[in-house]
Amino acid sequence: MILHLQRFVRTGRPFWDELQAQLDYLEENPGRRLNFDDALRFDYLVRRCSADLARAGNLAGEPQLRSHLESLVARAYAEVNEVRQQRRRWNVRQWFFGEFPATFRRHIRAFLLSLAITIAGAAFGAGAVIFDPPSKQALMPFEALKDSPAERVKREEIAGRDRLSGHKGQFSAQLMTHNIQVAVFTMALGISWGIGSIAVLFYNGVILGAVAADYVTAGFTPFLLGWLLPHGSVEIPAILVGGQAGFIIARAMIGDRTRRTRRQRFRDVSKDVVTLIGGTGIMLVWAGIIEAFFSQYHEPVIPYAVKIAFGVCELAALAAFLLIGKSAQPEARGEAWKSDDPEA
Amino acid sequence: MEIGRSRSVTIRTPEGVTFSLPLAGIVTRMLALIVDLACVGMAAGVVDQLVRGFSVVFSDGARAFQLIAYFVISTGYGIALEWFWHGQTLGKRILGLRVMDGEGRRLRPAQVILRNLMRPLDMLPGLYGVGGTVSLLSRYSQRLGDLAANTIVVRPIRAQLPDVEQLRTGKYNSLREYPHLAARLKRRVTPEVAAIAAEAVLRRDTLEPSARVRLFGELAAHFRGLVEYPAEIVEDLADERYVRNVLEVVFVR
Repeated sequence: MILHLQRFVRTGRPFWDELQAQLDYLEENPGRRLNFDDALRFDYLVRRCSADLARAGNLAGEPQLRSHLESLVARAYAEVNEVRQQRRRWNVRQWFFGEFPATFRRHIRAFLLSLAITIAGAAFGAGAVIFDPPSKQALMPFEALKDSPAERVKREEIAGRDRLSGHKGQFSAQLMTHNIQVAVFTMALGISWGIGSIAVLFYNGVILGAVAADYVTAGFTPFLLGWLLPHGSVEIPAILVGGQAGFIIARAMIGDRTRRTRRQRFRDVSKDVVTLIGGTGIMLVWAGIIEAFFSQYHEPVIPYAVKIAFGVCELAALAAFLLIGKSAQPEARGEAWKSDDPEA
Repeated sequence: MEIGRSRSVTIRTPEGVTFSLPLAGIVTRMLALIVDLACVGMAAGVVDQLVRGFSVVFSDGARAFQLIAYFVISTGYGIALEWFWHGQTLGKRILGLRVMDGEGRRLRPAQVILRNLMRPLDMLPGLYGVGGTVSLLSRYSQRLGDLAANTIVVRPIRAQLPDVEQLRTGKYNSLREYPHLAARLKRRVTPEVAAIAAEAVLRRDTLEPSARVRLFGELAAHFRGLVEYPAEIVEDLADERYVRNVLEVVFVR
């Protein structure tokens, strides 16, 4: 049976043109929402066009006509099958104070893996500096860290002027952007089945362990803690959270015992990964400010006890923020998205 | 979902309707990227000019602002535009490309953010080496960011409706003189051959003369074999006229 093409086009064209006009309008005005009557009409047009596509495909098979209908249905499909969340308002406060820590807790094992790898790296770095002191020159990433701790502490403590004066803002911005890039990169490397994330976390641990061992063995533990704790108590956990996000990606890449496809696994975790990396970004902004405006001042400007106490308080507050609270169940995700529809 | 020969993604909706989306080629995506990089560069240049004026008064703050602004622009450009323009940056808009959900749905915010955050990894070791290679090897031309975010980049085609009036010959059609033979012909012509013949008629002016003669000769021979009309009716008909008459019988009442 051959479709009566001319009559088919003559009958369907007004509806196809109307749908095309609606789609053009929706695409040119992304923020616009359809009212109830328009939505009903749109739904009718999409169904009608889909039915026409099915008829055209099964019968005459006229390629140009089919392409036209396909393009209309494809565009309409994206509009009709839109995920509901994007129609909702995003509550930043609810997201940061509610969803971020809940997501962190839901994937706590990935964080613990991140922590374990960093600790392993730190142990390696510390061991290298203690048992093979010349390796310090190879391990330390900056020239300033290659000096002996005694020289650095002396230099810092007798500094007569504020060497960061007039540059603190710029230094802070550099720290923020660089650390966020490192965290994002650690997350992104999760797609290498987690190998890249492991490498970055281990390397960070190596440097951290090497610096810590260098200062502790030289007898400058208070200086070390006073220097690193104020910003490190937030910065290091933030990088670990970046690694946590990376391991979530790695798990989606590797697969689990379920029969879900890789595509489904990635779809399931993408929101959690973005939530974690967003929270990491905010933590690193805070750490950047503290590092530039507070951590770089040592005794006699700021007593070490004050700096250490500040750092410990920050760490305790961060732990409480991230760990205390009820883990959101998968079906309760998206708390930060408030529906405009009171019945939703 | 399956991949077709033309590098397209075929989507079957829950209602049973099937449609396909042509995937964007790597060259087109690269051109779109160049446009986007130029936009980011221009935006950074504007910020730089602003900062120069501001730095006379407050140099540290101005430099900090410049650093943060560049970071936000370079990271946020793709995120913001792909979100507000439903999967399009300026470059993609110019080149007619669109990022879509892997199942053809509209993009979610997390997908847009994730595919753009993965970009630095795709750019390694330079000139999108990793992303380009993965995209070439990927079934759906996805870079790493697309794989993680479950997105595809498509080249939506806004096809125009065919001018089916061209199928009407507008002249006397001798094949209609024998209604029983016309009915038999209509029954025996398969949709596939009818579609090919209709396409040949609609595109006949774009064909090389020799190819046009050969194509219509083959089609006419095929149709002549389906139903045998009296010789006096068809012997003077040229092949192209014969095919058009057949199509008029088949498609136009």
